[in-house]
Amino acid sequence: MNLDLRIPMGLMFTFVGLILTVFGIVTRGSAIYAKSLNINANLYWGVVLLIFGGAMYLLGRRGQKRADREPPKAVDQGAVRRAH
Amino acid sequence: MSHTNLTYVDWLIMLLYFVFVLGIGFALKRFMKTSKDFFQAGRSLPAWICGLAFISANLGAQEVIGMGASGAKYGIATSHFYWIGAIPAMIFVGIFMMPFYYGSKARSVPEFLRLRFDEKTRALNACSFAVMTVFSSGISMYAMARLIQTLHVFDYIFLSAGLPLGWIFHLSIILSAIIVLGYIFLGGLTSAIYNEVLQFFLIIAGFLPLVLIGLKAVGGWNGLKAAMPNPSYLHSWHGMAHANTNPLGVEVFGLAMGLGFVLSFGYWCTDFLVIQTAMATDSQESARRVPLIAAIPKMFFPFLVILPGLLAIGAATPKPVTTERVENGAIIRLTTLPTELEAKGQGLVPAKADPITGKIVLDTSGKPLLDYDLAIPSMLLHYFPTGILGLGLTALLASFMSGMAGNVTAFNTVWTYDLYQSYIHKGASDKHYLAMGRWATVGGILLSMATAYAATGFNNIMDTLQLVFSFVNAPLFATFLLGMFWKRATGNGAFIGLISGTVAAILHHGLTLPVEAHTGLHGGWIAVIHSYPSDMAQNFWTAIWAFSTNFIVTIVVSLFGTPKPESELVGLVHSLTPKPELGHLPWWRRPEALAVLLLIMVITLNVIFR
Repeated sequence: MNLDLRIPMGLMFTFVGLILTVFGIVTRGSAIYAKSLNINANLYWGVVLLIFGGAMYLLGRRGQKRADREPPKAVDQGAVRRAH
Repeated sequence: MSHTNLTYVDWLIMLLYFVFVLGIGFALKRFMKTSKDFFQAGRSLPAWICGLAFISANLGAQEVIGMGASGAKYGIATSHFYWIGAIPAMIFVGIFMMPFYYGSKARSVPEFLRLRFDEKTRALNACSFAVMTVFSSGISMYAMARLIQTLHVFDYIFLSAGLPLGWIFHLSIILSAIIVLGYIFLGGLTSAIYNEVLQFFLIIAGFLPLVLIGLKAVGGWNGLKAAMPNPSYLHSWHGMAHANTNPLGVEVFGLAMGLGFVLSFGYWCTDFLVIQTAMATDSQESARRVPLIAAIPKMFFPFLVILPGLLAIGAATPKPVTTERVENGAIIRLTTLPTELEAKGQGLVPAKADPITGKIVLDTSGKPLLDYDLAIPSMLLHYFPTGILGLGLTALLASFMSGMAGNVTAFNTVWTYDLYQSYIHKGASDKHYLAMGRWATVGGILLSMATAYAATGFNNIMDTLQLVFSFVNAPLFATFLLGMFWKRATGNGAFIGLISGTVAAILHHGLTLPVEAHTGLHGGWIAVIHSYPSDMAQNFWTAIWAFSTNFIVTIVVSLFGTPKPESELVGLVHSLTPKPELGHLPWWRRPEALAVLLLIMVITLNVIFR
């Protein structure tokens, strides 16, 4: 398959992380965090997802580039290909 | 649940998920050129992707919600469903069975049965499997629509648009149908697998912060210990020697044999719903590694899905809360009152309301019954502020939809290859079968919707269906075990054995009853000759009887018949198949090494939480 899943998945988590981080910064000290024991869950978790998504995206891009450089492999003839 | 105030951030996150899900479908459309691309993902996916999809296929929202519910009800003993009830079977399928599934060139599990046994065994398996997948996907759809109603997440939008609240159910069904249809129609099995992986990460992203906040709220692990209704809640093996001394009501033999062997091997080793993901990899070696890779996160999932249930029971029961804040010099006091259901519950698990009257359901001693299925949703709503709440709900929605999608792709493959191509229209062009697969997807989704609506009309339909499935599934593993490891097993033996196994399951259910249950759906509808301490014990023993009957009948019937010639069984039976060539791999990269590591890890976990 020619679409490396890590690219769209990385992008999605980057966007979600970005939304949560920005929203977390805007709502700093707001009463909505009474629920989460006064932890700014949006900000902290947003940053975590931003890093995760970004890393995923970069790995996916690298993998895709490498796959594009290599000639296509005959998978059916029992050729062994390592998992990514 | 009273106040679910979603804001634009929550909607934005949900919308983002839907856009990506459909976007992946569109991006994959151009790769779907042959039926192999559509039904088998072109047999080209990497092992880690298929491995994560392998466990996500089983991590539908019913499982997530059900595991949280059992966690709240039985405690950490629920993890037996993971540690005993999954890991050994996943290791077995990877090491011993995958070479036959992948190496036989069968395109589906029923097709393997035709190669190994005969046409009638395949037809029996394909028909029952196709029916079950459609129903399961319908049940998933129904459960999702009900949960959305119960959580009142759409209420605000509906009220402000002036629409009747009753339409929320219809909207949920139609929306989930369109989205799942969209991405499978476009991208086939690849789409389904990619979305299962997406769901895997979403569940972690949504539930990990929930567990962390929940743990902090009860005061860490020690706080949780102190808050448990009884101390054995945090031990998985306490009192397992006898059925009456543990919350599950099962003794160690029933647990190991019924759950650990018959049920779990029957599911993980024969259900095409999970096997299809392993068969989508690029080589036999990768296919063998898929269930083993899947076993690693599987082992730790109890901490994400069972622990929230325990945390919900251990949390403080909602009381009226007054918050005070100062705004522009004025002191503003806000008092939040818990609803009656919440106040009468235990911890964050609310009391159960009668779906028709809305009144609290009481048990025989007058205490309110708890609605354990709401343990995880209440946790989300209680601890998550708007923003991350959207992420948590998206994770739940994603798992509902990928649960449906796995069933639908298994259905369209079995329908097209095992029923349509074999019995209805042989020898058509590949293009024809590809189109058939797409239309089977539409048909499967329509049938699921019909099931979901049927479930609204008949109260017990879900329990009844699950009961019937258990009768059909319980004996299955004996057929595969004998087929793969005993070259004398014959088609007649397999066919008669399967049917006798199902009959044995039905008879066992009709003749036994869990204590304190009424005859009927719970058993005993022929006569009660034995009673079990719990319905779980009855369920495990039904499986044991079905399996043993199938095993013995298959052997006896096979001994009277003539087996297939050995030349036809190469690649299908263990003793006649050359061992997979692994000489090019260093020892630590071989599946066997990973299997041993997994066993050590799972034993360690059991020792820690004994």
